[in-house]
Amino acid sequence: MIEVRNLTKRYGDNLALDNISFSISSGKVYGLLGPNGAGKTTTMNIITGCLAATTGSVTVGGHDIFEEPLPAKRHIGYLPEVPPLYTDMTPFEYLGFVAMAKRVEYEAVLRQVREVMEVTQLEEVRDRLIRNLSKGYRQRVGIAQTMLGNPDVIILDEPTVGLDPKQIIEIRDLIRRLGEMKTVILSSHILAEVTEVCERVLIIHRGKIVADDSLENLNCLAGGANRLHIAVKAGESVVLSALEGVPGILEYEVLKSGEAGACELMLSVDKSADPREAIFFAMADRRCPIITMELKKSTLESVFLSLTADAADEYAGADSEDEDYDDDDDDNVDDDDDEFDMGEEEDE
Amino acid sequence: MIAVFTRELKSYMNNMTGHVFIAFLLLFFGVCVTVYNLFLGMASFRFAVEITGIAFLVIVPIITMRSLAKDRANLTDNHLFSLPLKVSEIIIGKFLATALVLLIPTGVMMLYPLILSAYGTMHYASSYSAILSLFLLGLALISIGMFISSLTESQVIAAVISFGTLLFLLILPLLIALVPKDALVSFLCLVALSFILAAIVWKLTQSINAGMIAAVLQVVPLCALYYFKKPMFEGLFHKIMTGLSLYDRFYALNSGVFDIGSVVYLLSVTVFFLFISVQSLETRRWS
Repeated sequence: MIEVRNLTKRYGDNLALDNISFSISSGKVYGLLGPNGAGKTTTMNIITGCLAATTGSVTVGGHDIFEEPLPAKRHIGYLPEVPPLYTDMTPFEYLGFVAMAKRVEYEAVLRQVREVMEVTQLEEVRDRLIRNLSKGYRQRVGIAQTMLGNPDVIILDEPTVGLDPKQIIEIRDLIRRLGEMKTVILSSHILAEVTEVCERVLIIHRGKIVADDSLENLNCLAGGANRLHIAVKAGESVVLSALEGVPGILEYEVLKSGEAGACELMLSVDKSADPREAIFFAMADRRCPIITMELKKSTLESVFLSLTADAADEYAGADSEDEDYDDDDDDNVDDDDDEFDMGEEEDE
Repeated sequence: MIAVFTRELKSYMNNMTGHVFIAFLLLFFGVCVTVYNLFLGMASFRFAVEITGIAFLVIVPIITMRSLAKDRANLTDNHLFSLPLKVSEIIIGKFLATALVLLIPTGVMMLYPLILSAYGTMHYASSYSAILSLFLLGLALISIGMFISSLTESQVIAAVISFGTLLFLLILPLLIALVPKDALVSFLCLVALSFILAAIVWKLTQSINAGMIAAVLQVVPLCALYYFKKPMFEGLFHKIMTGLSLYDRFYALNSGVFDIGSVVYLLSVTVFFLFISVQSLETRRWS
């Protein structure tokens, strides 16, 4: 459906996309995953013809987006990160405008607008001005307009950013329903979202594709280790000697303890073995009370972190041009971590 | 194109802008007609139209400032680019909507000669040619305003720059009259003008080489001509600028002489600025 070949985009000296190639086949939900500033939006803007590439080609439904923009764009419905709405119109008027701009036949405009309003449940606000709608409704209007003109591919740039948890669930449901009808490409820096709705994942980092695989395969890539967080009320040496006899612990890291007199550890444990019981009895034998024990299953998060960290190492020796990137990423690591904590880790 | 046109028109009519533009233009023209034609009993629309042309200075920036700048600020421009629309269709759709907003008061003005004919003899040809000149001047100024709006994402900046540009165009006939007519001054002014044009080429193409070539291509022939045919330069700058000045063309057209050259010139300016607005949006996509 979409073929991206050797795409490079430079903003002045800044290399935003570095020779990326991938293809999107029809009928799946694709996740384009990457930290902020990785090049997700740039990629989407180029695929949809909003932005010209420095080099490389994009074909959509067999039409080159630069050579034959009009037929290529008819295959695409695009929702940019900020919903492109005219706040002085009602959803009904706005959808009518987009349908006409997409050259939907005159008789079909009304029918299609009604259809997409039904799918996105917008009927109740159809005659209210968009400026008076909540962010969730605006996002729905944005998604509704992508479906007009019956495109084969729907491209959504961070569709759940800035919504409250209930709205996020609604929008994800909507995307899942869309995925049953069409090919959907969804960009996100939220892992939980991708895990929940996507079948195939492209991980992009610093303008490069670092992974392009199905979700299951990526989960297998996560390797054989889970992480176990424990806090024990005892001295460090006592705890470590107690753990020596426990099988299945691959390595450990002593954390700075939040509680006085307690020793906190992050253990890396074999996926096949669950050493929690053994740890409990080992500590009980020494009369050391365990105050926290939490198993964190390895998932896409670790794949993501390891892939993006590897890429970072490759760049470690690169020239000063990349330092801007480093700064950006440092800022964003905090954001990303928060998202992971909320959504991704499966606590047991 | 029709989609963009309808949307823009609705937007003008849903907001105050379109109404304010129409009301202000009609009010201004009405006052002028009352003063010149009713109180002073003139048979010509010339003065009423001339003064209304000056009012464009204020109202054209109001109506054009948002046309492209707002799209950029709201990030709706990217969405327009992702729709199966050509950039030229976006620009023409927006321009036609604005032109229609100008056509409404012009249509009302067309009734004035008919009403006034009840009180005396009206010279219809010159009256309608004066109203036509006002409409054509309006179109040219609107396309200039749209181009300026395509350069920035701030409506305020677009409005201020448009106002400044229109003010400059308005006083251009006076400025031209101040320039001495001797050959050397003409030559120097033309050289300065060539450099300004070259700078615009440089800015638009973002290539300093293109700018240099443009400068050389203009300045070298000028120097050669000045060296060999100095008398030609007597009053040349004066002549060129009067030919280029929009308001001079407008005054010529509403003075009762239907000068087809001026009509063509005003329309060409309109098309030229629409064309460079398209280029300006395209450059933004490629940068």
